[in-house]
Amino acid sequence: MEFNRLTIQEAREKLDSGEISALSLTESCLNQIASTNDRLNAVLTLCSEDARKEAIEADKRLQKGERGPLLGIPYLCKDNIMTKGLRTTAASKILENYIAPYDATVIRKLREAGAILLGKTNLDEFAHGASTENSAYGVTRNPWDLDCVPGGSSGGSAAAVAADMCLFALGSDTGGSVRCPAAFCGVVGYKSSYGAVSRHGLLSMTSSTDVIGPITKSVGDAALVYQVIAGEDQYDATTYSGERSFALSSGDLKGLKIALPKEYFAKGLHPEIKAALENVKSEFEKAGAVFKECSLPHTEYGVPVYYILTPSEISSNLARFDGIAWGLKSQEAKDLQEFYKKSRGLGFGPEAKRRIMLGTFALSAGYFDAYYKKAQSVRNLIREDFEKVFKDYDLILTPTAPHPAFRIGEKNNDPLSMYLEDIYVTGASLVGLPAISVPSGLVDVNGKSLPVAGQLIANRGAEAKLFKAALLWEEKIKIAKNNFI
Amino acid sequence: MLTKEQIKHIANLARLELTSQEEDLYQEQLSAVLDYVDKLAKVKTDEISSLNKSELVNIWREDRVVFWDQSEIDLALSQSDTESKKIKVKRVLN
Repeated sequence: MEFNRLTIQEAREKLDSGEISALSLTESCLNQIASTNDRLNAVLTLCSEDARKEAIEADKRLQKGERGPLLGIPYLCKDNIMTKGLRTTAASKILENYIAPYDATVIRKLREAGAILLGKTNLDEFAHGASTENSAYGVTRNPWDLDCVPGGSSGGSAAAVAADMCLFALGSDTGGSVRCPAAFCGVVGYKSSYGAVSRHGLLSMTSSTDVIGPITKSVGDAALVYQVIAGEDQYDATTYSGERSFALSSGDLKGLKIALPKEYFAKGLHPEIKAALENVKSEFEKAGAVFKECSLPHTEYGVPVYYILTPSEISSNLARFDGIAWGLKSQEAKDLQEFYKKSRGLGFGPEAKRRIMLGTFALSAGYFDAYYKKAQSVRNLIREDFEKVFKDYDLILTPTAPHPAFRIGEKNNDPLSMYLEDIYVTGASLVGLPAISVPSGLVDVNGKSLPVAGQLIANRGAEAKLFKAALLWEEKIKIAKNNFI
Repeated sequence: MLTKEQIKHIANLARLELTSQEEDLYQEQLSAVLDYVDKLAKVKTDEISSLNKSELVNIWREDRVVFWDQSEIDLALSQSDTESKKIKVKRVLN
């Protein structure tokens, strides 16, 4: 039995009964990484010795009778999250040799829970992208078709989970970066409410939408990881106080009202994804849910709003990469100004530079009102759209991505076309709503089967309903698993 | 369409040194993005506040210094040139 292929819930039973050890589970994952990473390039940094030590510790805790949802469970972490003593690069040359001085809060929580960190995964540099092609360390390949992208920006994490390199992975989602790669790789990706999970230790991209989220093999696993990493944190003033845990219940969906926003099912959506979601709808109806078409009228403005606000916040957040206390340092600069410009010019990749420049422009004197202020105003209109719908509905069902994974290089010369990948996922990000992507089918592309997914969005505080529907979805819509060797 | 002067000005503000090929490329690409985001100009927002209407509230804490632990401090200071536990920078004022 290849233990790395288990879900967290399956492994939990075997660990608790003593059938397997955390060490053997970890070795199984490390073997899978060793035999598949040259083809996938999902893992950037491996910490196998530390992982084995953590596994031995976890086994001791289990032997003493301690029990916990993630005790002994191996995972991988997106390389824009601080892991103390371990290289953390954000997939950028500017942090090529940077050693994180502290653990992010989520990492500290996972260590305390006894989860085992195997290493760091590839991403679009600084999380800027939807395909992982913007990494300074090479693209990650989609396990379902090695010529295709895994999605982004958490492409390494999604590919790793799909290829059973680990039992779960952490990603970050700012405008779809957990949900999109989860969709392209046929796994589950959950973006919780903004403020539910601490961002302390996450290299900031868009501070007002960034969320750390789990990428897992099952819906139940996502709920489990979320509840371990979530929590108010004194080091992140945007975390809200109050209860985050919820009872995961399965069963029928009687009384659940689900909205289908017409703007999300219009031109541009791959017909087989539409068909797959019709399937989900009919299963939900059989279970007692009621559907109605609704409108989110400002949907078409989601991407433009996002691509003004995001670069603006990026231009501010990336100002700290000045070569002084961390990161790449220019050896040729004659003075301080030149030092900043050369270090940054050399260290940042093209997409990071594009976004820094866009944001600098949008925030600059003479343009701030027309761009940044305008975008914030329209963001409020998008928020009102969602508020209106949630007055009458419990959940919103939408596609996650407009099509299955595209080929590596296909969108290379067109940044704008890449931005449009985010069309169905930016809304929930801009408004801070919990949203989950669940696989909904397989589509034949050039003779290969590629996974497609759908998304459920809930109002803040409605996680229980979101997961109940997602559990039923997973139960009724089975995707044949692709076991990559 | 952004002008070359604007590109140079933005790069200067952002403290980025660009090659002339980068200047040309970004001029084209950024202009295309700005053309696209300009569709926001069509949305009527005169009376709408731009203030972020999220559920965030101000969080307060005691004005108390809390030190990192020594291993964290050591790691943090190990990645640049230091002198007497301070990070060395180039001359700021000429």
